[in-house]
Amino acid sequence: MHVGAVNRMRAPDDTEGGEDAVLIARLLAGDEQAFVEIVERLHGSLVRVARAFVGDRAVAEEVVQDTWAAVLEGLPRFEGRSSLKTWIFRILTNRARTRGARESRSVPFSSFDSVDEHEPAVDPARFLPSGKWGAPPRAWNEDSPERLLARRETLAFLEQAIAELPRSQRAVLVLRDVEGVDADDACDILQITENNQRVLLHRARSRLRAALEQHMAP
Amino acid sequence: MLTCQQLTELVTDYLEGQLPFRKRLSFHLHIGMCRDCRTYVRQMKLAVRTTGALPPGDIPDEVRDQLLRRFRDWKD
Repeated sequence: MHVGAVNRMRAPDDTEGGEDAVLIARLLAGDEQAFVEIVERLHGSLVRVARAFVGDRAVAEEVVQDTWAAVLEGLPRFEGRSSLKTWIFRILTNRARTRGARESRSVPFSSFDSVDEHEPAVDPARFLPSGKWGAPPRAWNEDSPERLLARRETLAFLEQAIAELPRSQRAVLVLRDVEGVDADDACDILQITENNQRVLLHRARSRLRAALEQHMAP
Repeated sequence: MLTCQQLTELVTDYLEGQLPFRKRLSFHLHIGMCRDCRTYVRQMKLAVRTTGALPPGDIPDEVRDQLLRRFRDWKD
């Protein structure tokens, strides 16, 4: 229950520092397997984040394809001032933003900043007028991610719950909790304020907890 | 005194280490006394860790093939 717990909770960021350097060296040497590995690891998250800017799935896929091309082009000049992952997501959102501005049906980027409507973390009906729990959280049997995800239907359920998040919440959640990008980099990648990043993350996590509760203890 | 409902709105700030000292203190006092809120915080942490443990999705074969072609062109 202390701040240190936060770091342990994050998704392991396995592309940082030394591993980045190894991977980049392999890519520059033309190692196809290295490319397949990084594509397999990041492609899904790239598509999800792109979709925060361009609504259409096919267009988002195109943006991601262009991003990989730009990553390969830029790789010889990559200076390692950020992690490789952060750099790739920055290229992605730059492209997605440009593309999104052209697509008439895309959600304007400013929607990221309209977080003022109140969205409670928990259905207010579950609290007594005093603010105490009336219908407290129902306990789950499984208590580790491994055990939760060992059930195929839970895994599918969680993925569906993420897919159903509002786009801006999903983009923040994918960067922070799926990819383990830190808060500063997530703000930079999405061009949002620290406060909005935290509000969106809070809402996304609260929704996923509620969905898991519904699933685990209906 | 922090209510349960107020606490549920502070969990992310707490986990992010962004609560000012006094609020963090109230948060700790509250979960020290309230089993339901301890369950809630535990579920939030578990949801976060579970999201981080999701396996990457599959890539459609044609997308992978297209990317590999790009890579081979780039390599040459």
